[in-house]
Amino acid sequence: MTDTVQLKRWRRPPMIKRTWLRALVWVGVPLYVVLSLGSMEVNWARVIDGLPRAKEFILSFSSPDFTTRWNDIYEGIYESLVMAFASTVVGILISVPIGLGAAKNLAPTPVYLVCRGIIALSRALQEIIVAILMVAIFGFGPFAGFLTLAFATIGFFAKLLAERIEDVSKSQSEAIRATGASWSQWVLYGIHPQVFPRFIGLSMYRLDINFRESAVLGIVGAGGIGATLNTAFDRYEFDTAAAIILIIIALVLMAEYTSSWLRVKVQ
Amino acid sequence: MLELEKLSKAYTSGDYALKDVSFTIEKGQVVALIGPSGAGKSTLIRCINRLVDPTSGTASLNGKNITAMPTRKLRQVRRQMGMIFQDYALVERLTVMENILSGRLGYVGFWRSLFRKFGPEAENDAFGLLEKVGLPGYEDKRADALSGGQRQRVGIARALIQNPSLLLVDEPTASLDPKTARQVMRLIQDLCHERNLAAIINIHDVALAQQFVERVIGLKAGQVAYDGPPEGLTPEVLTEIYGEEDWSATVRKDGDEGASEAETPEAYAVEKE
Repeated sequence: MTDTVQLKRWRRPPMIKRTWLRALVWVGVPLYVVLSLGSMEVNWARVIDGLPRAKEFILSFSSPDFTTRWNDIYEGIYESLVMAFASTVVGILISVPIGLGAAKNLAPTPVYLVCRGIIALSRALQEIIVAILMVAIFGFGPFAGFLTLAFATIGFFAKLLAERIEDVSKSQSEAIRATGASWSQWVLYGIHPQVFPRFIGLSMYRLDINFRESAVLGIVGAGGIGATLNTAFDRYEFDTAAAIILIIIALVLMAEYTSSWLRVKVQ
Repeated sequence: MLELEKLSKAYTSGDYALKDVSFTIEKGQVVALIGPSGAGKSTLIRCINRLVDPTSGTASLNGKNITAMPTRKLRQVRRQMGMIFQDYALVERLTVMENILSGRLGYVGFWRSLFRKFGPEAENDAFGLLEKVGLPGYEDKRADALSGGQRQRVGIARALIQNPSLLLVDEPTASLDPKTARQVMRLIQDLCHERNLAAIINIHDVALAQQFVERVIGLKAGQVAYDGPPEGLTPEVLTEIYGEEDWSATVRKDGDEGASEAETPEAYAVEKE
């Protein structure tokens, strides 16, 4: 034993206090990942068979065919844009009151619970499932897609709007209340200005999601560019499919740039 | 004018934020409310305009019991009480004008407030107040573009456009530098005298309070521990309110007031008629 000075040391307290639980997490999680990967069966022979098809599809991007099926593509894109735009607008109109009701600092508990219930329902039912139901009720075509996307928008938009409302600065909204404002005036002056930039950002984002989503919904018969894309795949017209995918990418990029430009404008 | 009788606020835990607070404030009287952090100063003024509901006791303004009032009527009584905040509490994304006019929300309906139609008198008043608080030409600036002192002046204008008879002022100077703090206190004092407004000013700075008010109420653990003129704040009284400390530099001496009044006459941007 040497005569060195004892330095007082410090260690960050562990996030999980119980040692056995910490050990379980460290060992258990990696083990679970390995086991679950191992449980997936991959038929390598099938993969090798599929490779040439994948190559053909990827190569078709170098020669996309916009012309042969141009009328179909144009109609599909147009239908998708209409569907995305209409469903976003209608979805947001319905989401605003639900979002207000789902904010704990605005709504009394019964209203809060009902609104959160609606949001949970909309989020639980995946778009494809809703679309299949809508197609069953309203038949093939973009109207079923429109209803599906409007419904899906509610769960997304109302939830995120409510979360933003719950984050508003308390002192700003308190000051408005102190002036003798009614509940609706309070929302108008104390809440709305604070959440507006987020509102715009979310609207643009949802428009973008609804457009991309409409490409998938066509596969179950809900109209739009997805239907055109599906037909192209069914006919092994990979060149046309590539053209459609390129158009979708271009439109999504445009939406991306527009929304970031708009977000800067509305600060 | 404002009458508090045995006003109490208890939390569900059973602790009292306020206990049996009783006092009366006359028309035009400016009162400082002092006391250590957690003594219940903020809670007290919020119990008066019912941003916080008191548990028992009453507060009445001009003979009307505020405590028992249903929410619908609360609106009319709230607009008689202008509130000024420590962190200014302006709606940051709105313009200075919208912030000032929001003080008229208690007087107009939903649609008029949506379209910012508060009426020609209100707009004219707002321009007058902007001039008064030393911010002429600032009407279209956004609130978040202003400095602390400027924001507090807008906050004062918002409270005054309500045409109140009482100002509830919560730590108006706590976020300001000493010079701006004095200007803001002087502005509040002048406006109260000019319009014969009563005011309750929560304030940490005892020396500043003594300089600008005619009456001091000391709160300690939710109860009134002192109520009297600023001259009465002796070291013994301050020890009673805050606890043991060396108070020799805080207690006001004769001739102090004249000296501090003379400090920066030009700093106060408001023109005095």
